[in-house]
Amino acid sequence: MTSQEIVDRIKAKFSDSVVESKTEGVLQPYLKVNAEAIATVSSYMRDDDELRFDYLMCLSGVDYGKDVLGVVYNLYSTGKRHKITLKVDVTKASPEIPTVSGIWPTADWHEREAYDLIGVVFKGHPDLRRILLPYDWEGHPLRKDYKVPEFYHGMKVPY
Amino acid sequence: MGLLDKQFNNSGIIVTSLDNVLNWARLSSLWQMHFGLACCAIEMMAASASNYDFDRFGVMPRATPRQADLIIISGTVTLKMAERIKRLYDQMSEPRYVISMGSCSNCGGPYWEHGYHVLKGVDRIIPVDVYVPGCPPRPEALMEGLIKLQEKIRSESLAKKSA
Amino acid sequence: MSETLSPTITTSTGRTLRTEEMIINMGPQHPSTHGVLRLELVVDGEIVVDVIPHIGYLHRCFEKHAEAMTNYQQVIPYCDRMDYLASMNMDWAYALAVEKLLGIKVPERVEYIRVIMAELQRIASHLIALGTYGLDVGAFTPFLFMFRDRERILDLFEMTCGARLLYNYIWVGGVSHDLPPGFIDKAKAFCKYFRPNIKECNDLLTYNEIFIKRTANVGILPPDVGIGYGCSGPMLRGSGVNLDLRRDDPYSIYDRFNWEVIVGKGEMGTVGDCWDRYMARVREMEQSLNIIEQALEQIPDGDVTSAIPKRIRPNPGEVYVRSESPRGEIGFYIVSDGSQTPYRVKARSPAFVNLSVLPELCKGYMIADVVAIAGSVDIVLGEVDR
Repeated sequence: MTSQEIVDRIKAKFSDSVVESKTEGVLQPYLKVNAEAIATVSSYMRDDDELRFDYLMCLSGVDYGKDVLGVVYNLYSTGKRHKITLKVDVTKASPEIPTVSGIWPTADWHEREAYDLIGVVFKGHPDLRRILLPYDWEGHPLRKDYKVPEFYHGMKVPY
Repeated sequence: MGLLDKQFNNSGIIVTSLDNVLNWARLSSLWQMHFGLACCAIEMMAASASNYDFDRFGVMPRATPRQADLIIISGTVTLKMAERIKRLYDQMSEPRYVISMGSCSNCGGPYWEHGYHVLKGVDRIIPVDVYVPGCPPRPEALMEGLIKLQEKIRSESLAKKSA
Repeated sequence: MSETLSPTITTSTGRTLRTEEMIINMGPQHPSTHGVLRLELVVDGEIVVDVIPHIGYLHRCFEKHAEAMTNYQQVIPYCDRMDYLASMNMDWAYALAVEKLLGIKVPERVEYIRVIMAELQRIASHLIALGTYGLDVGAFTPFLFMFRDRERILDLFEMTCGARLLYNYIWVGGVSHDLPPGFIDKAKAFCKYFRPNIKECNDLLTYNEIFIKRTANVGILPPDVGIGYGCSGPMLRGSGVNLDLRRDDPYSIYDRFNWEVIVGKGEMGTVGDCWDRYMARVREMEQSLNIIEQALEQIPDGDVTSAIPKRIRPNPGEVYVRSESPRGEIGFYIVSDGSQTPYRVKARSPAFVNLSVLPELCKGYMIADVVAIAGSVDIVLGEVDR
């Protein structure tokens, strides 16, 4: 299926959840949905016979600046061999998104990393702890306004 | 390997000082702890493998710090790992030596500027005897570091306590 | 009274232990964990009930460095250091992503050189994977043999770009140096020398009865679990899934060569056990040799640095490009805001995702099998922690 057909099929079912979509003029056709709807849309995309997106390639958190955080889901279908990108935007004040780790088990670790480095909180995640940084680290390093701490457990951090 | 082993000509008896014999024994059989962190660990493994054999210097890998005299910190030391390295170093018994291999454990390496989780040099937590530069150092460079450590050991003395 | 007799112990995920269980730590320093990986094992006697991996001991802030560099080309040495056993493949994946953002095409000679280097690097990486796997299960000799062969490949790389391990060779738009005179003959001689050594490796380790007993029917990964957990590379192909990015998501000139995708068939045990994954890597080395020989015959002349842009300033946009590294699917998600520095670079590393399935694979096996299973996943901690 082409990207436009995929987007149309999802829009037909979830017309009020889709915020924005773009398939022409971009290198990567995408579809932006509301934060609350991501779990239902993902479940539909995995189970529908025409779409069959069973492989979550990558889940990345992005800090877009101006108090907007985003999560980008790159999806692939191993049977139908088509791809699409899903996006969700949240604010820094309430960065909560429902988890998709029940739909694609690989999202478990990816979401923990997005929480660790960007600070997006995933509701319903079985075990949302830090994964790359120590468990008592403060702050989310990949945010654009992050300040490196001076000392950590008595060791000097900057050069 | 020192002049001691050249003096065993015919008789099998030489007269020397206790310092020389002890140092000769220590430098000829440095048992290293199996400790590789990152890319430099691969060059350390290559140095122990067939092409650049380490075993001919008496260096044998041991799995536990209690049986090792030498630890080669090869690779980047992160803040999360630094506490464990200190604990491992404390578990080694004296005399113990440290070779810091590679740019990352010397001074933070390529991650010195923006690495918020990288310890800029392992000498901030443990005392280092020899620094081997390179990213990663060739196996020959690591061997030169080992030979420099052997020269350092040769000049030790029981009267003066080393660091 | 009962509190002092039987205190409650909880794991780091909050699960309370039953009386007969205990926690054993395969700590960050361990001879068999292939780097600084900590596995918290919950065991009932010798049987493993749960495995909780703790990673992050080698987190070197790759993504922060990528945002802070002044130039897209300056990120390439950091890409090398992520998966240090497959540096050429890392560089190539990043260069592909930036070239797609810019919309440039590289000359033919560059494509052939990149394919030759990537396939040589695949052989070198699999040699280490197989050698250290033998070391984990107790066989020391194959390790020495495979390192000897790997040194020949490193000689070829050193001839070309001067480095043995971290090359900084594949740049955006081309490669940094052309092949030196004598490279093609030496590479052909290597291919002729190495092919009988694969048979030697099979005689030593693959069909050895002790090795088969330790790896067959151990750590079985069902294909649907593999796809759900996002596994890729020999890990997924060992379970019978016929998916190879070089053929299915084509990114270079692989369609000009004659080669096969290796899929596990369960010859010694069940489909998807450790032996299948191991055999997939051995047979992939053979296929890589075929590709290299064909590429060495077909390589044209040309200028390798002509398409390297002087200033890289892509239009605002984003792209996710993936390619096949020896461990699986390496993908780079790059967001550009129109300046000379990337805005966000996310590296989707195969070992990170393959490792997440380890708790599922290890349940019900013994502690010694955990070592065999962790070795068959073939992780490189630099890539897991980035």
